[in-house]
Amino acid sequence: MPAPPRSVADVEEGLRTAGYLPGQATALVSYLAVRLGKPVLVEGPAGVGKTELAKALATMLERPLVRLQCYEGLDEAKALYEWNYRKQLLRIQARDGDAAPAPRAAEPAQAASGGAPAAAERPPGGTDASEPADAAAARDGQWQRIQEDIFGEDFLLARPLLSAISAPEPVVLLIDEIDKTDQEFEAMLLEVLSDFQISIPELGVVAARTRPVVLLTSNNSRELTEALKRRCLYLWLDYPSLEHELEIVRLHAPDLDGAVARRLVEVIDMVRALDLKKPPSIAESIDWARALLLLGAGNIDERVFTETMSVIVKHRTDMDLVAERVGVRLAAPAQAASADAAAS
Amino acid sequence: MPPQAERLPARLLAFADALRGEGVAVGTSELLDAFAALQQVSWSSQRAFREALACTLAKSPEDRRTFELVFDRFMFRAVEAIAIEPQMSERLGEGDAGAGLAELSDQQLEELRMRIAAALADGSEGAMRDLARLAIAALAREAAGSGVIGVDVQRIRRSLGLKTEPQPQLPPSDPRRDGVPREALRRFEALLRAELERSQARRAQRLPPARPLTELDRALPSGPLADLAAVHRVVAQLRRRLATQGMQARGHARHAQVDVRRTMRASLQTGGVPVVLKHRPKRPRRPEIYVLCDVSTSVTSASVFFLSVLHALHDSFRKMRSFVFIERVSEVTDVFEHERDFRTISEKITKDAGVADISGYTDYGRVFSELLSLLEDDLHPRATLIVLGDARTNGREPRADLFGQIAARAGRTFWLNPEPRLYWNYGDSVIGAYETHCRAFECWTTAQLEDFVKALTRPGEPPRELARAR
Repeated sequence: MPAPPRSVADVEEGLRTAGYLPGQATALVSYLAVRLGKPVLVEGPAGVGKTELAKALATMLERPLVRLQCYEGLDEAKALYEWNYRKQLLRIQARDGDAAPAPRAAEPAQAASGGAPAAAERPPGGTDASEPADAAAARDGQWQRIQEDIFGEDFLLARPLLSAISAPEPVVLLIDEIDKTDQEFEAMLLEVLSDFQISIPELGVVAARTRPVVLLTSNNSRELTEALKRRCLYLWLDYPSLEHELEIVRLHAPDLDGAVARRLVEVIDMVRALDLKKPPSIAESIDWARALLLLGAGNIDERVFTETMSVIVKHRTDMDLVAERVGVRLAAPAQAASADAAAS
Repeated sequence: MPPQAERLPARLLAFADALRGEGVAVGTSELLDAFAALQQVSWSSQRAFREALACTLAKSPEDRRTFELVFDRFMFRAVEAIAIEPQMSERLGEGDAGAGLAELSDQQLEELRMRIAAALADGSEGAMRDLARLAIAALAREAAGSGVIGVDVQRIRRSLGLKTEPQPQLPPSDPRRDGVPREALRRFEALLRAELERSQARRAQRLPPARPLTELDRALPSGPLADLAAVHRVVAQLRRRLATQGMQARGHARHAQVDVRRTMRASLQTGGVPVVLKHRPKRPRRPEIYVLCDVSTSVTSASVFFLSVLHALHDSFRKMRSFVFIERVSEVTDVFEHERDFRTISEKITKDAGVADISGYTDYGRVFSELLSLLEDDLHPRATLIVLGDARTNGREPRADLFGQIAARAGRTFWLNPEPRLYWNYGDSVIGAYETHCRAFECWTTAQLEDFVKALTRPGEPPRELARAR
């Protein structure tokens, strides 16, 4: 376990070695998150490296990453914990088998019609009228014991949130695309995020043994509640500046020619300025850089662009628009250059 | 310096107050976070100080923008407040000696122009700040001194020959030839303004009154097409909200009606005793929407916005009919249903709808009489009618009575007016006459559209009579 970073520069350096080039704000907020132990809400358009930031932080801090991917309809059972009811049933049946195997075999019809819950509440063993009172009391006590037994930690299935806060080693918890869930889920998160504890009715409160670094990401498709925002530091990630993106592309495609990389970033910038359904993300610029590298393209001209455009633009209407606007602009300088050459 | 350190919490509280004044929700817990964050960063870097405050106090992109503006204004005023304390101003006064610069020769002035234009093209903040000071010092004699800062800024800009449009008459070496980048020019003007305010405060020995941010300052820089995306986002939210709120309504009204058949059937399991009541599922109310959209020239700028609202609504609601009008009304539901692309749609509508007759001016009276005959049988109390228009009749008959008849047939009627409320009922605007029959909203930004969406989907919608009384 490495020592926690001591300055913003440490964080910046650490993230760099993890393969993530942070902006100034990003490094500072990450540093504050580690030092203050507060969750960070990261917002921004799709594909600016929100999820990557969490991965890089985990690498930098040498902590395991626990990821909770949110989606519409995500509920507590999938996010917090769930009782392992199969195991609970097995446990009860194993006990029944020890206690009274014979009567059960004699009354198969009743057991079948009663179903599993009825069998659990009233273990088979004859009818109520024919049994003595002390036997009933004994069975009650037994049921009490079973209940204590099956609602123990052995039968608890930890889902991401519970496993993140009950982990013996500190972790990085990533709650991805929080805006996809509904407001009820957000409300449930509040306890986890502010006190780092989870209340389980049958067990009591599970408090965090270690404080995780929490990142929540959102694509801003829905306004999050004030209560959630109040508990978080806020980081807005936008598309990087030209120079910054150039650096990122260089880092991930080091073999690409410098001039081509610069041209690529400029073109991406142009494409993002258009009104597209889905502007190209950083990951797509990197993909494009790798594709150009594979094709051995020495320059981005109109032909290369139209051939490889599908790497960065993924909607039919967008493609038409981009081909029309950017393709022409790419062609224009080339024609001007050839015109100059002809003139001279 | 202990007194300085003690002052900081008070300063921060004042800053938080300034933020609250601009509508950023800053709570006590946020302030505590801000203090905790400030203890972790070095204050010598303005950038780190600002970011630490921003990430704890401003929690949305809009808030962040407001934060930047308030931060700049607040820090500027704080520095100036110290500077005009008597002992400080004497020391700083020497710096101002530059203002008494001798008149520049024409050649020097030309060089200054070149350097400023180059700095703008380059976009470096530091150089721009220095040059703004120099420009004020050099041009103060002829340009400044009108007493109104905005006028001075424009005078200086003009005498420097800075324009965003290309100036082909200039020699090719001149950086102004291709026009100055708009964004850089805006920043340069802001710097000029700050410097002029600074010198004014020094002269007067007191601070100018604090000016609240205007809607214009706050609006994010964006073109009409970026707005289209924003409109789609708002409408997507609307659909989401309708979906979840439908659920809530179902929860409340679940016990409305007992389904006798299913209850009897379920009672067979319990020997004919109806232990479990089965309820008739409550069908969520599906909004049926009629939208009427003005596309005349008086709302040209707004009609792109309106059409994009229509476009986005069509994506989200299946039972919806759209009409556009100028002098006549025409149904365009089909166009929206068959075309996905916004550009094609707006082209088709302007070309084929045939809503302009001769004059091209809106005729609300005729539109409403046509609409009434068109929709008389279709409108019913579950329908929602939305009118998008500025209610400017060009002196023609408003026929609010016809509109009243239409509104009475529809369940709910809303009017979205692209003009600020200030201009309503001035000139030929007759929104007041129509407002007696519907709820009117001012709507020319996506934020206002969002307010409307909230009003539209609120479950306990006040009945129309109530809204009328207001």
